[in-house]
Amino acid sequence: MSSDIYKDIILDYYRNPRNFGDLQDPDVRAKDSNPLCGDIIEMQLKIHDGRVEDLRFKGKGCAISQASASMLTETVKGKTLDEIKAFGKSDVLNLLGIDPGPTRIKCALLGLKVLKLGVYGYLGQAITEEVRQLV
Amino acid sequence: MVEKLAAINVLKIREDFPILKRQVNGKPLIYFDNAATSQKPETVIDTIDRYYREYNANIHRGIHKLAEEATLAHEEAREKIGKFINARHSEEIIFVRNATEAMNLVALTWGRANVGKGDKIVLTIMEHHSDIVPWQLLANEKGAQVEFIKIDEHFMLRQDEIHKLIDDKTKIVCVTQASNVLGTINPIKEIARAAHQSGALLLVDAAQSVPHMRVDAKDADCDFMAFSGHKMLGPTGIGVLYGKRELLQNMPPFLGGGEMIREVHTTGASWKDIPYKYEAGTPNIAGAIGLGAAVDYLNKIGMQNVHEHEKEITEYALNRMSEVKGLVTYGPRDVKSRVGVVSFNLGDIHAHDLASILDEEGVAIRSGHHCAQPLMEFLNVPAMSRASFYIYNTKEEVDVFINTLEKARKLFDR
Repeated sequence: MSSDIYKDIILDYYRNPRNFGDLQDPDVRAKDSNPLCGDIIEMQLKIHDGRVEDLRFKGKGCAISQASASMLTETVKGKTLDEIKAFGKSDVLNLLGIDPGPTRIKCALLGLKVLKLGVYGYLGQAITEEVRQLV
Repeated sequence: MVEKLAAINVLKIREDFPILKRQVNGKPLIYFDNAATSQKPETVIDTIDRYYREYNANIHRGIHKLAEEATLAHEEAREKIGKFINARHSEEIIFVRNATEAMNLVALTWGRANVGKGDKIVLTIMEHHSDIVPWQLLANEKGAQVEFIKIDEHFMLRQDEIHKLIDDKTKIVCVTQASNVLGTINPIKEIARAAHQSGALLLVDAAQSVPHMRVDAKDADCDFMAFSGHKMLGPTGIGVLYGKRELLQNMPPFLGGGEMIREVHTTGASWKDIPYKYEAGTPNIAGAIGLGAAVDYLNKIGMQNVHEHEKEITEYALNRMSEVKGLVTYGPRDVKSRVGVVSFNLGDIHAHDLASILDEEGVAIRSGHHCAQPLMEFLNVPAMSRASFYIYNTKEEVDVFINTLEKARKLFDR
């Protein structure tokens, strides 16, 4: 594990989460938890013309899970659903700028999993194995 | 007899544990996750190694030298363990995988035969999931009720509820002797009396007590007792169910198969006497022998000394932790009422973040719900961190732990 996964930027997003809260009339909601630690993330998406027009997240959990979800919402806002489907593990880790190590990687990926659950749910498509195994 | 207290030599004890020499993230390992599993002394590792190298054989049926030696060692381990918890007879010691399997065994054999519709099973709110879920499964199957004795503001079982909830409808009471979250030591002798007055049995979850204090099954007058080998310096995969002989003799068997039968015919089968009736299939021979070696090691130190050392470390840790701003502990303040398990939260830092920061300094603690979600709900705390101590832990290690907590606090306060 990197010697300092609690960089200023991660603690800043944990303390002051961007895009935290609820949307009015979201087109889709998704929620999941990490069974190992009980961290919870919910995402609400507004979708227009195959793009994520707006989104919010809320949840409870450790700094890594909450900061990662918040950063993710900023990055994917305005992206197409196909772009989000292609978004992967390494993209999230690049966003965070840390290597959380094997015991904390699932904390970092919970937001991405919930986001993808929302997109697949909106499209009425079956969840892929890759998504299921994120957390 | 008054046992003479010999202050234990922790530095000498530490030399017996090879793992304590290793580094974690470039720092000496500080192992404070003993309530999850303990480390193993060289003598336990060697005993297991020697079994596989020198007399590995299947037990009980073989008519050859190796089988004879293995059988003898396996049964000697049973005797040692029986003496260790002061069982009346060594056949009251049933080998299982762990405390979880021991409690499931009671629910699935005695429970299925004796618990019916409208009966009550009384647990406590501080039980581990392993002492809750088997009883919920049984209650669902039988239409029985599960009720929970709550705790007071000192994290002790409520006396009024012990006597109110245990009533004539109660068939069994299941209580942890020492909580894996709060450290609270429960009055099992008193609860045994209350249970027996109502015609109920008492099952004691001793997973957190047998490794850390003198436990006397006969004196406690409990009907069943469950514990795991790996939390008391022994290997994983071996655990013990203690049961009173007359109960074990009259219960239906657990798993069916080889080793547990007297005769098998196409029309049916009959069972061996206890303890073998409950030990189907080739058992964990190396595990049992290894646990026997762990018991020898603990006996050499003396359980009174183990307990005193842990009280001293716990007292020191509680005092130092009370100096950390924003730190809250969950458990009795008086070290006489608890074992060396200290659960805590630090400000609004999530338990997993705290565990990561401590890990960077080589300090291993546990974080989360500690397999006690009903207790977490009752206390309205989503997660806790937990430091738990054993014979090889030192005050100097507690100091590193405290300094790292201060570091974490500053990191999250900035």
